[in-house]
Amino acid sequence: MHKSLLIDPEKCTGCLQCEMACSLDNEGVFNPTKSRIKVFRFHAQGRAVPYTCTQCAEAWCAEACPVDALVRSKETGAVEVLDDVCVGCKVCTIACPFGTINYNQATGKVVKCDLCEGDPECAKACPTEAITYVDANWTGLDKMRQWADKTDNSAQASA
Amino acid sequence: MAWAEQILRVDLTNGTCKAEPLNMEWARKYLGQRGLATKYLSEEIDPKVDPMSPDNKLIMTTGPLTGTCASTAGRYSVVTKGALTGAIACSNSGGFFGNEMKNAGWDMIIFEGKSPKPVYLLLQDDNAELIDAGDYWGASCWDVEEGIKEKHGDPLIRVASIGVSGEKGVKIACVVNDMDRAAGRSGVGAVMGSKNLKAVAIRGTKGVPVKDTKAFMAATAAGKEVLAGNAVTGEGLPAYGTQVLMNVINETGALPTRNHRDVQFEGAGDISAEAMVAKRDSDGKANLITNAACFACTIACGRVSQIERTHYTVKDRPQYQIVSGGLEYEAAWALGAATGVNDLDALTFANFICNEQGMDPISLGATVGAAMELYEDGVLTTAQTGGIELNFGSAEALTAVTELCGKGEGFGAEIGLGSKLFCEKYGKPELSMSVKGQEFPAYDSRGIQGMGLAYATSNRGACHLRGYTVASEVLGIPEKTDPLVPDGKAGLVKAFQDATAVFDSAGICIFTSFAWTLDDVAPQIDAACEGEWTVDYLLEVGERIWNMERQFNLAAGFTGKDDNLPQRLLKDAAKTGPAEGLTNQLDKMLPEYYAARGWTVDGVPTNETLSRLAV
Repeated sequence: MHKSLLIDPEKCTGCLQCEMACSLDNEGVFNPTKSRIKVFRFHAQGRAVPYTCTQCAEAWCAEACPVDALVRSKETGAVEVLDDVCVGCKVCTIACPFGTINYNQATGKVVKCDLCEGDPECAKACPTEAITYVDANWTGLDKMRQWADKTDNSAQASA
Repeated sequence: MAWAEQILRVDLTNGTCKAEPLNMEWARKYLGQRGLATKYLSEEIDPKVDPMSPDNKLIMTTGPLTGTCASTAGRYSVVTKGALTGAIACSNSGGFFGNEMKNAGWDMIIFEGKSPKPVYLLLQDDNAELIDAGDYWGASCWDVEEGIKEKHGDPLIRVASIGVSGEKGVKIACVVNDMDRAAGRSGVGAVMGSKNLKAVAIRGTKGVPVKDTKAFMAATAAGKEVLAGNAVTGEGLPAYGTQVLMNVINETGALPTRNHRDVQFEGAGDISAEAMVAKRDSDGKANLITNAACFACTIACGRVSQIERTHYTVKDRPQYQIVSGGLEYEAAWALGAATGVNDLDALTFANFICNEQGMDPISLGATVGAAMELYEDGVLTTAQTGGIELNFGSAEALTAVTELCGKGEGFGAEIGLGSKLFCEKYGKPELSMSVKGQEFPAYDSRGIQGMGLAYATSNRGACHLRGYTVASEVLGIPEKTDPLVPDGKAGLVKAFQDATAVFDSAGICIFTSFAWTLDDVAPQIDAACEGEWTVDYLLEVGERIWNMERQFNLAAGFTGKDDNLPQRLLKDAAKTGPAEGLTNQLDKMLPEYYAARGWTVDGVPTNETLSRLAV
């Protein structure tokens, strides 16, 4: 069963612990610029929004790749970059509708979220549960539950 | 490791930027940030120098943990000889500027001399360049931050800047980064302005390595668990911010009100954390929008607020109808209780102006409070205030004066002198509620005795961040002591001061100390930094830093006589609350403190003490 990163911007405080966990796991250093998840802060609205690859079922990055360097992991469902195949042409960065696959100047390859082989560091590092790793079939479960609660119009017990 | 081991030296007079290696021997002795930068400043300037002269230096500095995933590890400090005090100044700030500096590969930037024309420093990893700031001179901190990001086409550049107040030498000017975070106290913004340095803009992509990554992750994870499980750092601060203290301190009888005439404010409830979350009658919305974290912070005490759109301060002024930082407890107290103003939105507006123009809201509010007392006593008239009726409790007077002070204009420029010079100017020096020229923060030392000693002996003038015994005396951290008695406070103050110097020098936020002791901090520093960093060694480092700062001030001309409090706190007893009938008992605590420090009866470190600490 595949799992998905579920992001709730309402809970994000903008601390960037996720970016540091991601860069440490993937690059061995605390470095937000090398993170595959990015928190955007909208100051005048008071919002912070974590943003990363959604692992599209129809992955345009993989469709567009001319050398088949982007392949889906059977275990996690994540689209992963085969570094020894990637030629750094960046076509995938154009194809991605969301901008969540990016070129790394230092290595000459593209980088993207690979769900840390099924144990995402960003979700573990998040102090407010703004990022959680949940059953991919039920990414909307919490929201449904909240709405169900709000819209519950059953008769209240009366004396 | 942990340190970038590199300093950028910027000679503003000649317009040059040069890299040099960090003195690692000093790093071992003074850790980083506050301690290490003070060492550099002490070695490089004459403590007697005029703070506003080109001979003063201004240092921006990070700690070894800055930029790592240790909780709250995003701090940087501005170290200089303070424009407000003439004492050693170290003002630290959160937000995201500090980690950017570290990620660009620098522990410290030393600014020396004075630029012939306004400039800003653009630092992109190894590339440092001074750029003409003519277009931004006269701009607010908000506009210069936006402007620099746009000019260089990079929204991820982090900016620390001064507003118009800093340009004009307003002595309570601060350095603002990330729109609403500030290196607030002692007038460090005025020193930056005196150098014609408008802003520092940084983009860093290098990353921050640590000594032992695995051990570091284990130590920081343990630290985060302690913070999350603690009632203050895990619940109180995230939910209510520091403003949770407003009602608590008021009930303790230690909320300085109307220039310390009173110790309790009848309007405290109107400007408290509870008021910030309450829905307004008018529009059904609350002042508080959300909380926000600084870099790496798992506490997220930051407040983010919005003023009601029809409020007199923002009506027809859309630039202030945005969501932005405010109110923290200290700002709410100074702009509110110290002036007797209980209009929450007016305080939020005054706080926005402080962020926009780069002013310390503590010194501003406290000075306005002093001016209001002079006005009510008939010493000041509307002829002097430019027509402003400066009565206690007047929100209109507060916001009008705040705007004028931000521009350094008219009567606002006089408020910008700070309360000491202001009250001296009008022949009432005794009405300045300050130590070493710096205004008191939000705790009255008649109701919290230890804070009186902490204020009197603070190296940067009256300050709550140099020995926060409120933690023990009010909140019972790490153990409860009686706030109304002076006994045992000398040792308590010394212990808090020494430990705080370590927190400030490591690159983390002092708020972690609500939950962490050095037992929690030492393993994090030890895993990140070369060398062995035990609790005992860190305590020695903290004491060494404190004594070094003291030595700087003594050389600058301060003496034990400056370890004092205004007569009001020593002679006029509190009129209400638990502290009713009490004055501060500084005379009982101070000799005991000097003895505990290993200083002479005149407050001078003995040779034995200095050699023990190798200062």
